Amino acid sequence: MSQARNWDEFMEGIWRQNPVFVMVLGMCPTLAVTVSGINALSMGVATTFVLICSCGLVSLLRKLIPKEVRIATYIVIIATFVTVVDYVIQAVSLALYDALGAFIQLIVVNCIILGRAEAHASKTPPAPAMVNALGMGIGFTIGLLALGCVREILGAGTLFGISLFGAGFQPWVVMVLPPGGFFVLGAWLLLFAALERRKQRKLAEVRHV
Amino acid sequence: MSHATDLLPETTPTAAMIRTLGLIAMICGVIIVAAYQGTYAAVQENKRIAVERAVFKVIPRAKSIAEYAVSSAGELKKLGAGEAAPTGSIKFYAGYDEAARLAGIAAEGAAKGYADTVRILFAWDPAAASVTGFGVVAMRETPGIGDKILVDAEFLANFPLEAKPSDDRLVLAHEIRTVKHGSKTNPWEVDAIAGATITSRAIGKAINDTAQTLVPRLAPHLDKLKEKS
Amino acid sequence: MSIEIRSAPHIKAPKSVETIMRHVVWSLVPVCAFFVFQYGLSALASLVVVTASCLATERWFVKTGTQSGDISDYSAVITGLLLALSLPPGFPLWMGAVAGFVAIALGKALFGGIGFNVFNPALVGRAFAQAAFPQAIATYSPSFLPGRFTEFVPSSLALPLMRPADMMLWLKAKQLDALAGATPLAKWKFEGVLAGAEELVTSLSGHMAVGPSPALILLCGAYLALRRFMDWRIPAAILGSAGLTAWLLFALSPERFPNPFFMLFSGGLILGAVYMATDMATSPVTPKGMWVYGALIGLLTVIIRYYSGLPEGVMYAILLGNALTPLIEKVTQPTPFGKSALARLGHAKRGASYPLHPGYISREDAGAVTPKKRFMWNKPKRDERRKPNEPRD
Repeated sequence: MSQARNWDEFMEGIWRQNPVFVMVLGMCPTLAVTVSGINALSMGVATTFVLICSCGLVSLLRKLIPKEVRIATYIVIIATFVTVVDYVIQAVSLALYDALGAFIQLIVVNCIILGRAEAHASKTPPAPAMVNALGMGIGFTIGLLALGCVREILGAGTLFGISLFGAGFQPWVVMVLPPGGFFVLGAWLLLFAALERRKQRKLAEVRHV
Repeated sequence: MSHATDLLPETTPTAAMIRTLGLIAMICGVIIVAAYQGTYAAVQENKRIAVERAVFKVIPRAKSIAEYAVSSAGELKKLGAGEAAPTGSIKFYAGYDEAARLAGIAAEGAAKGYADTVRILFAWDPAAASVTGFGVVAMRETPGIGDKILVDAEFLANFPLEAKPSDDRLVLAHEIRTVKHGSKTNPWEVDAIAGATITSRAIGKAINDTAQTLVPRLAPHLDKLKEKS
Repeated sequence: MSIEIRSAPHIKAPKSVETIMRHVVWSLVPVCAFFVFQYGLSALASLVVVTASCLATERWFVKTGTQSGDISDYSAVITGLLLALSLPPGFPLWMGAVAGFVAIALGKALFGGIGFNVFNPALVGRAFAQAAFPQAIATYSPSFLPGRFTEFVPSSLALPLMRPADMMLWLKAKQLDALAGATPLAKWKFEGVLAGAEELVTSLSGHMAVGPSPALILLCGAYLALRRFMDWRIPAAILGSAGLTAWLLFALSPERFPNPFFMLFSGGLILGAVYMATDMATSPVTPKGMWVYGALIGLLTVIIRYYSGLPEGVMYAILLGNALTPLIEKVTQPTPFGKSALARLGHAKRGASYPLHPGYISREDAGAVTPKKRFMWNKPKRDERRKPNEPRD
């Protein structure tokens, strides 16, 4: 396994196939829990943990798992690690547990994880599978943070609980409501699409010359 | 090789399938049990601290708490740490001050709010037979509108709110009701916030639903609860 | 001599988008002037800032190439003026600027510019402001305050991102708290106080927290309708259906519901019916459709006002009407000449319906306004765009 391949596996999730901005997967937690930076970060970390562990285990067992029941097996494995995360978050902070609510359990049905297990981990040895999962997880976390930070700054005037504008700040109520999630996600998608287009235009111009 | 067998996918034998699935299930089981055992103590401690903090907030004088449950027959039972209340009985917390004297009773109430169920913890003062305040355990009310119940000075002035048992000790003497903004006339009525009527109503209903059964049942036991046991 | 072969229409009225829009702006001038007369400096600043924000946003999007059209077509001015008129006069200026930006960016540019938008941009901006700043948008200052031409309402001048000053404290300090401003609709909904219709029609009496006078708006609207810059059917249908619904409810139980005149002349119903619902891009083009659309908006307005938690319902009613416009148009297609109306009831194939696809527009017309939904940072000059096939080196 070369260094370059590992780097490629890692970067795939962060930029080229970013789960939030490129694949637009896992929208349920993306829109629901990103009302603050800390929620977004912990959701991202929890998902990354589940992603790495389940991809690792799926990859280890990939030759054993009968293909007829593979989806059921993946779900069992994913559910196991989600349960672990559920306990750990309860042990770390009940306040965080209440803030994330049902969305911790819902990591089970986050399509990024099942998608990675089916499309990647089941065909790859454990090391690159886990590196890829780490990249995907970090990409997902970056996506959540991008939403969470904007929504927290505008919706509460704070960033990770630290007040940015002082006591006189006027919160934008819409930002902590579900429509705010759609607005911010839409704005980010627009920005990324614009950047991508600009890059391609530049490339096309270079080729032309 | 015939054409037909070419198209058929290879099938895994049933025994092998069961063996593999069993193995996977076992691995997963071990992981879950290990995680549960490993975090149990910390989770329980967290829950205890969360409850204590919530009770101390609604009964500011309290320095320590004890959990109790009172059954539908009116029997009082002290609950150990983490012990669930028996079915049909109502759980409440007795808060004691520094001198181990009863500072107040706290109990949970829940009612449907604007977005979701609003769960609150309210404090009942046995000496004054009134609800002295409340704190929110969980709610998803609209920020800036529904959550005014926690900060609106006029709304907080509803407390203390009369909640004394009726003469026959079956229900409250007066039902706690939420009334339209500005039309509160009795000490057992909750004056709603203009523009957040639904959330205000949920608070009134949550307190009433629990207090209707808890307060009359508690009345005979108050002497027993006076000192921390 | 060259003969040009092109599809219908062969005779065009000399009315361009720009002409219509310019007349609408002219007709709005008296309304705005009255608004400034009512609320003074704050209202003037609000009108200027919101309109400037709309124009700046429009300019940016036109320049970067996501939007068709031209900044000189006055449509962004209309959006800005209507948005400012629908906001409270003491609305913090920075929030007004945000609302103006959202109105153009989300309500218009995202759909591709003038003519492509589904919702009335001014109302999109207002809906965003309502969702983001519910307290500020419900805080009205009383009209005809003494000294309104020399002094701002303090909430207008809130620093960007900061909470506006408390209106009640300011009124108390000026010993005017008896005039405390809630709109007549909010007063009726939350306090049960009914303002008289004759006071509402002129907006002149007392210190009511109301927008420009309904009578004036109707007058300006009548000018537009007479010059055929606006279809009279839509306002007629909205006011008719709102009045009828309110009258029916009033007849059923006069103690529970206010009289229909109060319904018609309070809040933003007249402004919405005359100027917002009639936006050409977002209302049906078929005459029957206009009646359906107007009736629906009137009915929804009254229902929202009576039965929801909000005191005012015009905005949401019009937005819902906008969303239903394509459906209404489809259902109310006129029967072409030579086809029996009865045939439409059966399984006979529906008559003429031409999708509004650029391919159906003649080349000359298509060349005039080319919708290019491309995000370009350095937009090529007009001449370069004319010959896209020539290689650029």
